[in-house]
Amino acid sequence: MNISEKILAAASGRDEVAPGEVVDAKVDVAMINEITGPLAIEAFREIGVERVWDKDRIVMVLDHQVPADSVKSAILHKVMREFAEEQGILLYDVGLGGVCHQVMLEKGHARPGELVVGADSHTCTYGALGAFATGIGSTEMAAVFATGRIWLRVPHTVLIRVTGRFQRFVTPKDLILLIVGEVGADGAIYKALEFTGPTIEGMSIGGRMTLCNMAVEMGAKTGIINPDKAAVAYVQSRTDKPFALLRSDPDADYEKTMEVSSLEPQVACPHSVDNVKPVSEVEGTPVDQAFIGSCTNGRIEDLAVAASILKGRRVRKGVRLLVTPASQEVYLESLKLGLLEIFVKAGAYVCNPTCGACFGGHMGLLAPGETCISSSNRNFVGRMGSPEAMIYLASPATVAASAVVGEITDPRRLMAEGRP
Amino acid sequence: MIVKGEAVIFGDDVNTDVIIPGRYLTTLDPEELARHAMEGLDPEFPSKARRGVIIVAGKNFGCGSSREQAPIALKYAGVRCVLAESFARIFYRNAINIGLPVLECPGILREVSPGDNLTVNLAEGKVRNDTKGITLEALKLPDFLLSIIRDGGLIEHLKRRLGTA
Repeated sequence: MNISEKILAAASGRDEVAPGEVVDAKVDVAMINEITGPLAIEAFREIGVERVWDKDRIVMVLDHQVPADSVKSAILHKVMREFAEEQGILLYDVGLGGVCHQVMLEKGHARPGELVVGADSHTCTYGALGAFATGIGSTEMAAVFATGRIWLRVPHTVLIRVTGRFQRFVTPKDLILLIVGEVGADGAIYKALEFTGPTIEGMSIGGRMTLCNMAVEMGAKTGIINPDKAAVAYVQSRTDKPFALLRSDPDADYEKTMEVSSLEPQVACPHSVDNVKPVSEVEGTPVDQAFIGSCTNGRIEDLAVAASILKGRRVRKGVRLLVTPASQEVYLESLKLGLLEIFVKAGAYVCNPTCGACFGGHMGLLAPGETCISSSNRNFVGRMGSPEAMIYLASPATVAASAVVGEITDPRRLMAEGRP
Repeated sequence: MIVKGEAVIFGDDVNTDVIIPGRYLTTLDPEELARHAMEGLDPEFPSKARRGVIIVAGKNFGCGSSREQAPIALKYAGVRCVLAESFARIFYRNAINIGLPVLECPGILREVSPGDNLTVNLAEGKVRNDTKGITLEALKLPDFLLSIIRDGGLIEHLKRRLGTA
C-alpha cells in the first residue's frame, strides 16, 4: 500500500484498503476557521448532541477576516469564541495564531500518519508532514464534531517524481505551478498526489507545504509526502504528542507516475490556476498591486527571498506591495531577522497575519481593471475583489521583482542586471 | 425522487468564488447568499433561477474553496439540481450534505440547450430532456448518499441515526 492507503486503513481499523473502496474512518484532528466554523457550529447544534466527540482533537482558528473588519465579521468571531469556551476547545484568537494551515503545522496539530479534516480546502497542506489531510464542508464538520467519524472514498494515487536542482530565485511555488499547468484544474479530482524524488528529499518543510497546499487546485483530495528525517525533526520540535510513521511500501501501486525536472519561474495567468506560462511569456505585463502572503507562500523563507530582492530597492511608484506574514511566529521571526524593516523601507505595506488579500474579504481588494501579481493560490474571477480585476499567481521572488519593476519580471533577470 | 426544472447552462471549472464571492461570506443568511449566487459569471442569475432551475455544466463544477455557502446560495436561489460532466469533490459532498441533488452526467452539455425542460430521476440516475425527447444516463448515486438526500441532508440523516430527532 502507499502512504494514503495505509493511513486510511489504520483510521478505519482495517489491515488493507484499495482505491475506490468507501471507508468509515476515525478522525484524528479536525479544524475550523471563522468562515466555515459558524455554519458548522449551527449545524452541530441542530444535530442535538450536547458535547463534541473529543474537545482535544479539535482546533479553531480566526484568520480570514482578522481583526474583524465589520460588525458581521465580529459576530462570526464571537460565535467561534463562545463555542470554544462552551466546549473547552483550543482557539487561536486574534494575535495568537495566524493563517489556520500555518498554525496547524507550526503548533504541532497535524502529525505524520494522522487523518486530519479541516473545513477549508487548503487543509491538504498537512501532507507535507505525511498526514492524510483533506478539506470538507461545514455540515460535514458538524457530523465529525458529533461522531468523530467520516466516510471517505480511498483515492487512486498519482506519483509525481521530481528531480533536478532549483536555480537561485526559482522556488517550490514555480514547481507546483508547472505541475498544476500540466495536470490541469480537474486532472486529479478525487485522487491523492504523492510527491517524491531527490528534489523533494532536499526540499525545506516550508517548500513541501507549498507543494501540498496547491494539490486541491488540481481537484486532488490531498497532496502528500512520505515523512523523512527532516519532517520528523520538524514535528518533534513542535509537539510532544506521539505519532505513527507510515510510509509508502517500495512496491506500492500508483495510477501513474509523472516526471518533472528543469524549471524556470512560472506564472498562472487569469482566470484559472492551470493557465500556467513561463515568466518569459508574460514579462512586461504592468501590475497595480503585488501580494506576498497566504497559506501557500507566507512563510519565513518566502519573506526572506522577497526581502533579498527588495533590499536596497524601492517598490515602483504606482504599485502597492502588501506583505502578510502567515502567522504570529513568522511575523516575529521576520521582525528579528530585519525583514520587516527591509519591506517598510522599500515602500511595502506590512499587514497583520491573516488570509487577507488572498481571500478577497478585506485588506487589499482590487478595483475593476486592476492587475495583481500574487504569491497566493487562486486567480479566479473576483477572488481578490472586482470580477473585472486580473490576477497572476507566482512565487514570492517573482512578486517582489515585479513590484520593483512595476511589471511582471523574472527575478533572475532583475538580480543579474543588478538594477535598482 | 424526481426533480424537474428548466436548464441553465454553464461551462467547465465553475469555481466557488464565482458561485459566491468571499466578501459575502460574513453572512449566514441563506436568502442573502442566494441574492449573490453566480455573481461572478452572471449577475442576473438569481432572477432567472427564482422559478426553479436545473444547472447543467461541464467538468469540475464547484472547484476551489470548501465554502458550503456555494451550494447553499444555489439551493436558496432556486436551483433544484446540478448536472455536470464532473464535480470537484468538496462541492459534491457539500451539496449532498445540505440536500442539493447533484449527478455526474457524462455528455450532458452536448444534449441540453438553455431553457430545455429536464426531468431527473435521482434514484435511477436518469435524466430526461423533455424538450428534445431524449434520455441520458447519469452515474447513479450510491444508496447511502441517496438516503442522505432523501432525508433532506446530512443533519436530518444524522438526527435519525443518532435518535436525536
